[in-house]
Amino acid sequence: MSGTIARRPPRFMLARRLLENRGAIAGLVVMVVLILLAIAAPLVAPHGPAEQFRDSFLAPPFEQATFPLGTDSLGRDILTRLIYGARLSLVIGAVVVALSLSVGTLLGLAAAFAGGITDVVIMRLMDVLLVFPSLLLAIVVVAILGPGLTNAMLAVAVVLLPAYVRLARAAALGELAREYVIATRSAGAGVGRLMLLVVLPNCLAPLIVQATLGFSSAILDAAALGFLGLGAQPPTPEWGTMLADALQFYQRAWWLLAFPGISILVTVMAFNLLGDGLRDALDPKLRR
Amino acid sequence: MIRHFARRLALIVPTLVGVTLLGFILVHAVPGDPVEVRTGERGISPERLAYFRHELGLDQPLWKQFADYEWQLLHGNLGRSLVTQESVWTEFTTFFPATLELGICALTFALVIGLPLGVIAAVRRGSALDYGLIGISVTGASMPIFWWGLMVILVFSVALGWTPVSGRIDELYYIEPHTGFLLIDSLFFSDDKGAFISTVRHLILPTIVLGTIPLATIARMTRSAMLEVLGEDYVRTARAKGLAPSRVVVVHALRNALIPVVTVLGLQVGALLGGAILTETVFSWPGVGHWLVESVQRRDYNVLQGGTLLIAILVMLVNLGVDVLYGVLNPRLRR
Amino acid sequence: MSSLLDVRDLSVAFDTAAGRFNAVQSVDLTVASGEVLCVVGESGSGKSVSVLAVMGLLPPTGRVTSQEIRFRGEDLRTATPRARRRLIGRDVAMVFQEPTSSLNPCYTIGWQIGEALRVHGATAPSQVRRRVLDLLGQVGVPAPEQRMRSFPHQLSGGLNQRVMIAMAIACDPALLIADEPTTALDVTVQQGVLDLLVGLQRDRGMGLVLITHDMGVVAQTAQRVQVMYAGQVMEEQPADPLFAHPRHPYTAALLDALPERAEGKLRLPTIPGMVPGIDDRPGGCLFAPRCRFTTPKCTADRPALRPVNGAKVRCHYPLDDAGQPTGWTLGGST
Repeated sequence: MSGTIARRPPRFMLARRLLENRGAIAGLVVMVVLILLAIAAPLVAPHGPAEQFRDSFLAPPFEQATFPLGTDSLGRDILTRLIYGARLSLVIGAVVVALSLSVGTLLGLAAAFAGGITDVVIMRLMDVLLVFPSLLLAIVVVAILGPGLTNAMLAVAVVLLPAYVRLARAAALGELAREYVIATRSAGAGVGRLMLLVVLPNCLAPLIVQATLGFSSAILDAAALGFLGLGAQPPTPEWGTMLADALQFYQRAWWLLAFPGISILVTVMAFNLLGDGLRDALDPKLRR
Repeated sequence: MIRHFARRLALIVPTLVGVTLLGFILVHAVPGDPVEVRTGERGISPERLAYFRHELGLDQPLWKQFADYEWQLLHGNLGRSLVTQESVWTEFTTFFPATLELGICALTFALVIGLPLGVIAAVRRGSALDYGLIGISVTGASMPIFWWGLMVILVFSVALGWTPVSGRIDELYYIEPHTGFLLIDSLFFSDDKGAFISTVRHLILPTIVLGTIPLATIARMTRSAMLEVLGEDYVRTARAKGLAPSRVVVVHALRNALIPVVTVLGLQVGALLGGAILTETVFSWPGVGHWLVESVQRRDYNVLQGGTLLIAILVMLVNLGVDVLYGVLNPRLRR
Repeated sequence: MSSLLDVRDLSVAFDTAAGRFNAVQSVDLTVASGEVLCVVGESGSGKSVSVLAVMGLLPPTGRVTSQEIRFRGEDLRTATPRARRRLIGRDVAMVFQEPTSSLNPCYTIGWQIGEALRVHGATAPSQVRRRVLDLLGQVGVPAPEQRMRSFPHQLSGGLNQRVMIAMAIACDPALLIADEPTTALDVTVQQGVLDLLVGLQRDRGMGLVLITHDMGVVAQTAQRVQVMYAGQVMEEQPADPLFAHPRHPYTAALLDALPERAEGKLRLPTIPGMVPGIDDRPGGCLFAPRCRFTTPKCTADRPALRPVNGAKVRCHYPLDDAGQPTGWTLGGST
């Protein structure tokens, strides 16, 4: 029952496997649309994000062409705010992931290369962070730093840190045992050079998957902080903050609630689907 | 097995010290002086400030303060709330049963629905039901539950009027806390049948909302574990014995698939407590999550510090429990 | 001897990404009670798939077609799943290749043997226990009292295979199918397990289907032999004449590869090439690419299974008693 398996260049295989995954395609499409919207926000959005229309408070959706998704309690256009919110969400995701990915990878590589007490200290520290429910840890960090979007992003970055540290350390330890690393080392390459040029590129795959999934966690957690009043502050058109704003009126005006929530859900789902698809494509053995 | 367990136990100690250190940093790094928060006064006289600082030990060197703090913790003293002056432990024990009750209900809900769904999806792989389940679990796992909570309130409480909007029980009833679990207290310690019904009605929506993410995770995990197990040789052996398909699936396959599912379930407890913070805020549920969010808003750092520490200990205990359960479920770990 | 199992024209196909793969093509399989039939062939020849199809143990991707599958005259194809399950495990039992992974890691072996008893005629717990101990003794498991509380991972592969055998004979089956029962075991314990199987077969008068790739095993056990290659039966005849006068060049090549027949030769003869896989099955005789005697006719026409000198052979030029192909010329004309 043996069959011959056609050998193709690995990169081509990756793209093909990714495109076979309908969920990943959907995630990719949503992501591209979001990025385009975020870039072109001032051009596509019908109004300004803070512009108030005094004669139409709480206008319901699908009735006036000027306010396709209705207005909020201050007469601001919801569609406009959602589009600007997409901008914020992507920035939040990018900043958080960039922060925790870079710091986490460095810490993980440092733990793997240095070993000994450095390794123990870094990993025990990560254990401490992992003991807390992620949202609670973010709340504690915001409590220390004070509420606000920047601090919320920092807080979420801290929450996501352990995953990258563990991944980078595990991948680096695996690579370190391989012959080519031993060869490079004995050829006299410096440790820093070895880390960045040799080991890192070879443990990128799991980090990329984690980064994609991290995008969705970052957006979700930042929105939750915004909702609790600990993240972005009004009048910032952040989706979670918009939901917090809606609390007073949502029983009368469902659209204040529905659209920002759907935006969060769809965005988070898109990144999750893409991350899952990437993981399956990169390593079919990990398919779960 | 026992060695493994002892190792895990030993690892807890440095983690605990780390957790307390984090709490210590929290109280000392926050903007504003704890004295100001405590007295609620601004611009108090330097003498009074110095007096309070001395009383709180804030004039000691930091290492001494930390050592004192650890010493107090070892004696079970978590400090007092800066706002209510009540001991943090007392407040925690007041609020915790509500969270525990909600958490148990949510986890039960997630298990009772998620486990069978995952099993059926795996057995009927590739069917419409399977694809439906995959869709639901992807959506569920991405759900912003604070929004989900508000949406179900909007639909079931506001529009349809089936369930109450918030709280644990109607204000009509006063139930003396015996166990702290309102389901038990209202059923056994109240003469009024309505109290129990009211409790149940209040529990439904928060249970569904808090249970959504665990449900999605459990269903998905069960499905993939079952798919793996159903291809194993011993499942074929079971069929070769002439067992009914249901017995093959439940007794032989599911028993093995439960091992990874339990591990995931353990990880869900931490996530569940995080979810409880949001769920309790949405439903004004008087639990630990609500209490902690309020402590942040009131800048009651002693409560935040003590509460966080207690939750961290709780999570560690649960993880230990899962380790033990894992050993019980997996005979391969026995020698 | 009355007929126990009658299978006629059994075919099994799998739908794969690369298209339909015919794992078994038009196989007949008959076993009489008290008979030992050996099905022999290389891996990938379809010998396991055909018996799994009879047992109804194939994954859902396998498509089974047949003219007849009868056990003691009862048609298994039309039997209800419930009726089928009453036979499977009680009257027909099976032993698999990998004993350790074929036992459920979560239950003790005593429980697993007992389950076979409980499912087919629930008996009292004390009775089940006594019977399990008895069975463990019969299959030569030492210290059965302690062993029945062991989990499969705590026992060796050889012991686990004995446990599998105990489980299979728990309900006194009329037919036992053993699929490569010794392949995964250490060489030192293979003989013991094989002797156990043959001994049990003789004592109980069971029918035994022994699937193997090892001609040495066939020589020790078989009364009748069926040689399979690439999903088809190539030759079938009683064991003694088969070893004396193989009619199919493939059988002859298998026998030549036996170490005890290669005495005096410097190198053990091998069959060049491999069993054709999913996408390289030839159009004519499936063995043609590897056969010493291939002619243009062999590559063009697929031969049918036909009776020759008391055997059934699927070859255009069956071997005579001297081992030479009859009617064979290099050009391929008859």
